[in-house]
Amino acid sequence: MKPLEGYLIVDFSQFLSAPSASLRLADLGARVIKVERPGCGDICRELYVSNVVLDGDSTVFHAINRNKESLAADLKQPADRELLRGLLAQADVVLHNFRPGVMERLGFDYEEVRKFNPSVVYGVVSGYGPDGPWRDKPGQDLLVQALSGLTWLSGNSGDGPVPMGLAVADILTGQQLAQGIQACLIRRSLTGQGGLVEVSMLEAILAFQFEVLTCYFQDGNEEPHRTRYNNAHAYLGAPYGIYATANSYLAMAMGSVLKLAVLIDCAPLLEFKDPASWFDCREEIKSILARHLKTRTTAEWMNILEPADIWCAEVLDWQSLFAHEGYKVLEMEQTVRRGSGFEYRTTACPIRINGERPRATCGSPSLGEHTHSIRTEFLL
Amino acid sequence: MILPLNGLFVLEFCQYLAGPYAGLRLADLGARVVKIERPGLGDGCRQLAIKGLFTDGDSLTFHAINRNKQSVTANLKDPADLERIRRLIAKADVMTHSFRPGVMETIGLDYGAVRELNPGIIYATVTGYGKKGPWSGRPGQDLLAQSLSGLAWLSGDAGQPPVPFGLAIADILAGEHLVQGILAALLQRGKTGQGATVEVSLLESILDFQFEVLTTYFNDGGQPPRRADCRNAHAYLAAPYGIYATRDGWIALAMGKIASLAEWTGCPTLLPYASDNEETFTHRDEIKGILQEHLLTQDTAHWLQCLEPRGYWCSDVLRYAQLMNHDAYKALGMDQLVHRRNGMSIRTLRCPIRIDGQRIYSTIAAPELGNANELLDGGL
Repeated sequence: MKPLEGYLIVDFSQFLSAPSASLRLADLGARVIKVERPGCGDICRELYVSNVVLDGDSTVFHAINRNKESLAADLKQPADRELLRGLLAQADVVLHNFRPGVMERLGFDYEEVRKFNPSVVYGVVSGYGPDGPWRDKPGQDLLVQALSGLTWLSGNSGDGPVPMGLAVADILTGQQLAQGIQACLIRRSLTGQGGLVEVSMLEAILAFQFEVLTCYFQDGNEEPHRTRYNNAHAYLGAPYGIYATANSYLAMAMGSVLKLAVLIDCAPLLEFKDPASWFDCREEIKSILARHLKTRTTAEWMNILEPADIWCAEVLDWQSLFAHEGYKVLEMEQTVRRGSGFEYRTTACPIRINGERPRATCGSPSLGEHTHSIRTEFLL
Repeated sequence: MILPLNGLFVLEFCQYLAGPYAGLRLADLGARVVKIERPGLGDGCRQLAIKGLFTDGDSLTFHAINRNKQSVTANLKDPADLERIRRLIAKADVMTHSFRPGVMETIGLDYGAVRELNPGIIYATVTGYGKKGPWSGRPGQDLLAQSLSGLAWLSGDAGQPPVPFGLAIADILAGEHLVQGILAALLQRGKTGQGATVEVSLLESILDFQFEVLTTYFNDGGQPPRRADCRNAHAYLAAPYGIYATRDGWIALAMGKIASLAEWTGCPTLLPYASDNEETFTHRDEIKGILQEHLLTQDTAHWLQCLEPRGYWCSDVLRYAQLMNHDAYKALGMDQLVHRRNGMSIRTLRCPIRIDGQRIYSTIAAPELGNANELLDGGL
């Protein structure tokens, strides 16, 4: 039995932020019904990455919406609104990521829904919060990264702003939403009380920077400084970074520069006796280290460093990762099947409960695939 | 507002970031979180400074991660201390630990032993790479998990070496997933009375983070990701997605029509690429190159004025000082002061989730080592 079996989630959201929350709740056993506009549905269906289209929808749509059902309904049509009202009355959770004000105009905002479903847990994602001057800006991942200061943390000092190459604001927002929803369901199970959970992408991406922002607040508001080369964290000293070797790359986490100097036989590093210098002189240490690490292969360095418990690792690409026993033993992939019979391979839930990974067999829904069965089942 | 996890009692045997970050979120949502620390040293994070910054004896990082918690000290190898901890475990709803596989078995606090003390407990663990396989004994550290997972090939430009995310993304996501597993298990316990184990690892969490692009990779014949030659912001998205230099700064451009960009920025050189979507993938590098050259001719404010009112998804690229001085940041009410009893105070961030329309603040700073040792003598 999956832990969230029996919970019904009605999800009006599109793209990635809130849908990644309902994906996780679905992974953990909840039933998720996507409510989509007739005709085009979740815009993510057409958000293509590369040129790959699978069974009529984008690959990212398939990834985000496995294990969900689709109900086609037009929020502006009276008949459909009546149907939705009936469904929402039976929902444990309602989610949306419309821009502020839209759901209020459509008449299914929290205040309205709780009138006929007082114990509902209602989750809302916005780009920049419910008020303030950015309230109506598009809540898009790259823009949120750019506005949040995040782009000055990755890459090297000469690179200008370097965004993180995945939709990190969307994903982190979805994580926070899932947690807020679950926490309110726990409260409801004890008190009967419903709740409203709100997360914005800007607040989520700021919370992601909480450690370095706490430094910024205390250090006299100094902007982060990345190193000229081999930066992996603007606030950490040498050797922290990724270095080229004779044949590929080596990642080095935090550790003693002196111990490292002895192990890799690099005399110039022995000058840096004071641990405080590992931060203060990190440019110099990193450039000495970078020259030295080029003289041998990654495997040679790993053979020296790993037995000495120096924190280091190879830098793999997916092909070499997937061929490795360290990946295979995770059994992280699964094949899911759409209603059309089309099958595709995707990842599975990263959380194990009682030693087992909850798995799904259903793929993403085609638009409106479950409209009829949902109407019948819920007597709508 | 009643905080949703009010009344929940959590014991945290974790150090550094991933596990304690989960504890922070549970504390913010209302749980009472008590850290179990080694006498003398405590959580290794107390001494792991970023930028060499300490306040009141502990690193600023430790302060950021462990606010709103309590601390007791115990030597788990000492039978008398262990017995006191066992008595606390008997009263706990949740315990978390991040020891390498095998350590808790040696101490005698593995799930089998703990379940005998407390059958309803949720026993949650975070590891680096799972409990089996060739990597299970490796240090579970963020940069190393990023490097093994393939993530480092998604940020930065095509000609650059692997570029890691400049923050501890694997730690943070593993912490988020741990919270989700714990809350799901608590919801199940509410129905069945049964406890459960929850397991996450840095590697599985960072793989899940790549689920969209991995799903693409699994179904496109395994084509390796290709970062754009310049201004890369996502290896799988078409032009113009990226952050571009302007005459006086930077501008972030999200997905949008090349024809619109060509017209609104006055760049006819782009028109040959504006006819269909396919072009924006196949000629991504040429388009980005042309656009970059063009955007250098005017200031950021000029381009924003051309694009934003017409609905093109774009934004300025801010540094921390610019963001903090902006009304949009101030409207969030995102930072807060936390205090220790001795008068020390630190500015840090609050929980990013709003519940019932309210922000969640807490003024309690990270605990001095052993500040709640009276709990060991039976007081709760």
